Amino acid sequence: MLSIVKIATKNLLRYKRRTMLTTALISLGVVAVLLFIAVSGSFKSLMIGQITDSVMGHLQIHRKGYVASIDNLPLNRNLNDKQMAKVEEILRAEPEVESFTIRLKLGAMFSNFTETTNIRLNAVIPAEEFRTMPLLASRISEKMDAEELLSRGGILVPELLAKGMQVKVGDTVVLVATNRDGSVNGKPFVVHGVLSGISGPGGRDGAIHIDDARELLRIDGVEISEIAIRLKNIAALPKVTAKLEQQLGSLTNKEGKPVFEIHTWEKLSPFYNIAKMISLMTLFIKVMLVAIVLVSILNVMIMAVYERIGEIGTIAAIGTTPGKILSLFLTEGLLLGIVGTLTGTVISLAAIAGLNSAAITFDFGMQTGLLLQPTISAREIIPILIIVIGIAVLASLQPAFKASRMDPITALRHV
Amino acid sequence: MPLVEARNLEKTYITGEVRIQAIRKIDFTIEPGAFVSFVGPSGSGKSTLLNMIGCLDPPTAGTLSVAGKDIGTLSRKEGAHFRGEHIGFVFQDFNLIPVLTVYENIEYPLLMVQNWPPAERKKRISQILAAVGMEDQAQKYPGQISGGQKQRVAVARALITNPKLVLADEPTANLDRETANRIIALMKRMRDEFGTTFIFSTHDPKVVKNAEIIFTLEDGALKQSDNGGIYA
Repeated sequence: MLSIVKIATKNLLRYKRRTMLTTALISLGVVAVLLFIAVSGSFKSLMIGQITDSVMGHLQIHRKGYVASIDNLPLNRNLNDKQMAKVEEILRAEPEVESFTIRLKLGAMFSNFTETTNIRLNAVIPAEEFRTMPLLASRISEKMDAEELLSRGGILVPELLAKGMQVKVGDTVVLVATNRDGSVNGKPFVVHGVLSGISGPGGRDGAIHIDDARELLRIDGVEISEIAIRLKNIAALPKVTAKLEQQLGSLTNKEGKPVFEIHTWEKLSPFYNIAKMISLMTLFIKVMLVAIVLVSILNVMIMAVYERIGEIGTIAAIGTTPGKILSLFLTEGLLLGIVGTLTGTVISLAAIAGLNSAAITFDFGMQTGLLLQPTISAREIIPILIIVIGIAVLASLQPAFKASRMDPITALRHV
Repeated sequence: MPLVEARNLEKTYITGEVRIQAIRKIDFTIEPGAFVSFVGPSGSGKSTLLNMIGCLDPPTAGTLSVAGKDIGTLSRKEGAHFRGEHIGFVFQDFNLIPVLTVYENIEYPLLMVQNWPPAERKKRISQILAAVGMEDQAQKYPGQISGGQKQRVAVARALITNPKLVLADEPTANLDRETANRIIALMKRMRDEFGTTFIFSTHDPKVVKNAEIIFTLEDGALKQSDNGGIYA
């Protein structure tokens, strides 16, 4: 085998410029794909991280039908204490669950004593909310003392609303809400912080303490609109979702209908479609890479066979078997693929390191100054290497087969 | 036992509706260690006959046995193995591989055809390089040596595997007279040294005189055998 590699290498070096151009083309394709995967992957994971770690969690549990009418923030579709206890029991027993937070979602009138507007709120237990949404704290642009944050009587006001209503940290505002029975109640709150908005559902909601919400809505006992769950590893999302669906899906009400509904962040956030589009574009770029490799190697190998017909006749005449001639040309294609791919990978890794050291920032929707941190793992690189090298061999197959089947006499007569 | 034996050997090429009978029912035998030349004008069938003896072209009719093997029955792969094992080739245009050095060209059959171990390979190449007087040119590429030297390398490559038979189709056609005589002398010396049978074709009468056995071909038929050749 080594002797075939040695001769194949010498054959490739015979036409240095052509070999260099072909490997450069393959390298260029590999660089394009790996850089795209790294940059788009970074953008995707950054955005997914923002969505899951600061507002949605990895998956959410609601009472059946809540999500369909979430725009109205219905108070008559909340989970009761028994249902909540059941969910808690299951979640605490699930080893993949890192933490979860309960929310009572409500709409209210927000007044700064001179103007009034609408506000959507998540009423939460602050410690659980901050543990389950580790990036939430980073969204609070102006805030008071961390220990006081979202304590009883405090409110986190969405950034746009704070600007529009000209309220700042320490100001007192009033929330007026209508409860499930239609009675209205009001309560003053102190602005504890201003919450910057992010894209997607719930990204522009304010927050208050859950006990304040109960008082405002005059709720006795437990009423929960939403349970947001954070997993230890997002890769376990499909497995955990299926398990929870099995455990909770079997629980039905008196009419025999399911009590709960479970949604992953993918089903709740419109960003999932953007993520899917990025994956589709990645696939499209991979197909283009395959085409580049296929055409360039096929072209080079067809030329190589045509130019070496006499030589093929000679080596066949002196006893080289068709199988060895086939191997020789396949090895040439393989070497072109390997050299092109490895060069492309090295260039890509250097470019990714360069992009990271340049600390490029970008804006997405309301979010500004997001830091692009492209990364690529061996799990992403290896399939590309295998695809490119495999295609290089595949592209060499037809010319190599032609060479191996060549009649030695006809080949020897070729001028 | 004869090394080459032909009985009622025929070769016909059919191109469209045209039938060309390149070899017409010939019989001959060649003994081991012979130094044989097939002579005749262009188109007389010399190359066709050499190609058949070299298992490159199967006979249309008749039998042709080389080293005791009926080569008409060999498959493509078996033919390649048989050539690699028993036959060496010297071509009119030398046909050296341009990207390999003189050493590597000679090494090629040992490496790619017979898979010799490195130490034995090295020893054998040194021996053959010395025999053809090319030791000092071993690291040169074919483009860096003369025509006569290229043909010496080709002879060395043909002999490297210790074949029973070396076939040389017009080996001196691209060489000047003096070089041609040297190559024929070299081949004869190699025959004496290694006991290899040499069969070459030529239409040059001055080269022919060096052969020990001469078969004359004319229009695909054997017309004459001189100096001990046996044909019926």
